[in-house]
Amino acid sequence: MSVAPAEVQRPEADQETERDVVLDSPWVTIVWNDPVNLMSYVTYVFRTVFGYAKPKAEKLMLDVHQKGKAVVSSGAREAMERDAETLHGYGLWATVSHDS
Amino acid sequence: MTEAGQEPWPEADPESDLAGFRAAADGATARFAAGEAAIIRSLVSQVAELVGGEASLGDPTVPEPPAGADDQADGDDQADGDDQAARDDLAAQLGLTDDSELPADPILARLLPDAYSDDPEASGEFRRYTELSLRSGKVAAAQTVLATLPAHGGRVRLTEPDAQAWLRALNDVRLSLGVILNVTDDFEDQMAELSADDPRAAYVGVYQWLAALQDSLVDALS
Repeated sequence: MSVAPAEVQRPEADQETERDVVLDSPWVTIVWNDPVNLMSYVTYVFRTVFGYAKPKAEKLMLDVHQKGKAVVSSGAREAMERDAETLHGYGLWATVSHDS
Repeated sequence: MTEAGQEPWPEADPESDLAGFRAAADGATARFAAGEAAIIRSLVSQVAELVGGEASLGDPTVPEPPAGADDQADGDDQADGDDQAARDDLAAQLGLTDDSELPADPILARLLPDAYSDDPEASGEFRRYTELSLRSGKVAAAQTVLATLPAHGGRVRLTEPDAQAWLRALNDVRLSLGVILNVTDDFEDQMAELSADDPRAAYVGVYQWLAALQDSLVDALS
């Protein structure tokens, strides 16, 4: 596995936000790690698809890379299926789940 | 995930920008040598035909794949009888497909993945309602590459929407090559041990070059 670039520091823990989102909404979109997608591209996709600021997009990318998966959005089931379809269009490996 | 290396491929050509894409007004630009353009066009065409069927591109200028290329486009399309055509057309108008199972072809399975990791029924339903538009979106991205990349190379200037289509199409090619090459997290170590007469060796340089090219396009848009 490639090493993350040294200049990319993990942002301060943003776990509270993530936990709140998951508790509020039973459905989530999960992105899984894979050995082909570029770290720079995955960050770009998170910014483009979800409008996330660069620090949040990079944190999610690193979560996927280091933990194997990350919750990237949450909400109604139909919205999560739209997110998954969009991410499949970009070639990311995304699934929908209600128990992340 | 991985990171792009910095090594240019193919061999240095004064006609090409070895750094790949750079930012330009409202988009990105790069210059491609004829050989580079031919490789990109061939691979993008093959993936589009695999995803959308052989008639999906409607572009007679698309060159034949180079000899020895792994022609994944020769799939099971012939098995589809004409008697299904009318029904398929109607289903297509409705945006429905009969495909409710993970595609057997490993490349298609990667490009059109299940949306539920532990619920085959929900995955099948999702696939019935989304797979056709997902396939057509991938074909459209490929068509954008073919429409903006001159067959004999030269300067390419992309608007941001065109550049996003390039990113998706290049990524689909890399995902497909990743399946062919069986890329894993220790890919770099594996490839270092690959002998020169291994049939996969020819793809490794292309795969790494496309990674650097895609990375440069991400940078140009960021």
